[in-house]
Amino acid sequence: MSGSAIDELFERTRAENRAALVGYLPAGFPTKELSIRAIQAMVEGGVDLVEIGLPYSDPVMDGPVIQAAAEQALAAGARTSDVFDVVAATAATGVPTVVMTYWNPVERYGVERFSADLAAAGGAGLITPDLIPDEAGEWVDASRSHELDRIFLVAPSSTDERLSMTVEAASGFVYATAVMGVTGAREQTSSLGEALVARVRSVSDKPVGVGLGVSNGTQAHEIAAYADAVIVGSALVRCLLDAPDEDAGIEAVRALAADLRAGVERS
Amino acid sequence: MTDVQPAPARPAYSQPDGSGHFGRFGGRFMPEALIAPLDELDRAWTEAKADPAFTAELDRMLREYANVPSPLYEAHRFSEAAGARILLKREDLNHTGAHKIRNVIGQALLAKRIGKPRAIAETGAGQHGVASATACAYLDLECTVYMGEVDTERQALNVARMKMLGAEVVSVTSGSRTLKDAINEALRDWVASVDTTSYLFGTAAGPHPFPSMVRDLTRGIGDEARAQCLTLDGRLPDAAVACVGGGSNAIGLFTAFIDDADVRLVGIEAGGDGVQSGRHAATITGGDVGVLHGARSFLLQDDDGQTLESHSISAGLDYPGVGPEHSFLADTGRASYVPATDAEAMSAFDLLCKTEGIIPAIESAHALAGALRLAEELGPDSTILVNLSGRGDKDVHTAAEYFGLIDEPVVLEQGVEE
Repeated sequence: MSGSAIDELFERTRAENRAALVGYLPAGFPTKELSIRAIQAMVEGGVDLVEIGLPYSDPVMDGPVIQAAAEQALAAGARTSDVFDVVAATAATGVPTVVMTYWNPVERYGVERFSADLAAAGGAGLITPDLIPDEAGEWVDASRSHELDRIFLVAPSSTDERLSMTVEAASGFVYATAVMGVTGAREQTSSLGEALVARVRSVSDKPVGVGLGVSNGTQAHEIAAYADAVIVGSALVRCLLDAPDEDAGIEAVRALAADLRAGVERS
Repeated sequence: MTDVQPAPARPAYSQPDGSGHFGRFGGRFMPEALIAPLDELDRAWTEAKADPAFTAELDRMLREYANVPSPLYEAHRFSEAAGARILLKREDLNHTGAHKIRNVIGQALLAKRIGKPRAIAETGAGQHGVASATACAYLDLECTVYMGEVDTERQALNVARMKMLGAEVVSVTSGSRTLKDAINEALRDWVASVDTTSYLFGTAAGPHPFPSMVRDLTRGIGDEARAQCLTLDGRLPDAAVACVGGGSNAIGLFTAFIDDADVRLVGIEAGGDGVQSGRHAATITGGDVGVLHGARSFLLQDDDGQTLESHSISAGLDYPGVGPEHSFLADTGRASYVPATDAEAMSAFDLLCKTEGIIPAIESAHALAGALRLAEELGPDSTILVNLSGRGDKDVHTAAEYFGLIDEPVVLEQGVEE
């Protein structure tokens, strides 16, 4: 049996002896069409796996940058169903595409229906920042029947017991949150990330991606030395938030993705 | 009515389960980073409440400092107007003017016990923030209170109170800039500060163990009232009524009576302009099941699961979620939940002022409105216990405007721009 699109990606990047680059942008920010263009620029810049954020009214794990993007997207009329259009356009570029979403929009849409529509759009899985495996029974069943990957999070505070259980429940890769805190670019990468990756490796050979706080190629390079994937979100979103106009924002996303990709490839 | 039975024939009510579920409600929908800290909190609370030294200390503090137990008061003139006998549990007489002091003293004492020098809290109208600032001053904890920018503007006096008590007040400018966003921001603080910081959660909602811990800390309301009713009448009331926002005063009242099947439990939600208008905070009556702030419960949401803004004249009930145990009690039918509109609440507010010389919190006035309706149904031989959860000093401005008692809007803080 062949693995998922994400399994194949990590087989390839491991063979190339490099970390994969994972980039996050929200669907519908600043509009659906522009979010599709920005994500395509991110892929052209060198992102190996795309995380598409589903804007949510109460993003408790996100810092000011992603909050602002979600608010703007919702104010502009973003709907849950839009995310599937963005997934379809992104998956068509050939990169594995996952959705990162808080749990209530999925539950409201219907876990089974969401899974079916995500799979139909070519999506590879879900990252669920506020859904722990303990509460994920329905999602685990739906993900299996639609062959979607379940990307759960581990944290520096996770006990050994919780870490083992979460890694066991995850598929595709394990998302290691490198700091105790919310999303957002930080000046320095945290030393907690490396120790956390080592703990995951001691219980599993599943790929581990490290996120929270990564904003440039130098930081990406540091993390690539010990992780299977480097995950970048807020810094990419900021390119769009801070740009003087849409085209400049999209070019800034492309340039940052290229810088990050060079960072993960540098030996 | 029969006398009180020594023990119920069926198994006593025991919720939640070990993982914090009240049937299909509750649980933990939180980032993994906070799960281990929540487990630690759960263990710490389980140990503390079984430790006689801790509970004795907490009881002493509540008695000496917070004026607990609060009296039970038969409101004769209000009863006459209502057409049924109304007993008021006078939580308005507690220090800081509401039941909330019970919760925060308990949580702050737990913070001391587990060695966390800093506390954070969210607040809507400011009552929980004031209670938290009070408890932190009393117990020597550093205190930061998150409050939506909209609320800091309309509750400027409570902001000043918190600052007087030594707390830092952070104005939250994200989202709808109200209570739900203050909770979001407090959670964001907590995930980064949990090693040194306790989150004093303001209501019986949120991820496990908060709903059951807050219930444990507020259940004294009902335990006392039940004993006070028996002393007064030799029997239990026909109904126990409380307002429900997040639900801490209501679960505090209801818990003692859950196994008393003959006592009706009625939660009064904030009906705002009427549930049909869409401008309300009646989460159980007008919402449906979803996940917000760490638990599955009823909530106000749109078709995409985005949280809707709630509306109520009562800032303390103006929350689009509700504690999971209330959703469970509604689901099982043990308690019923009905709305009272702003107009009904303010009418009951006026009646209590005029007949009893007690200015209630507008939150509590919703419970009074519910009791007036219940009185019509149950008739003059019935006894209705109402939790008067707070006093109305904080609401004088709102009520004065509502009743047209002032010609010009009161300017609470002149010259803040200078």
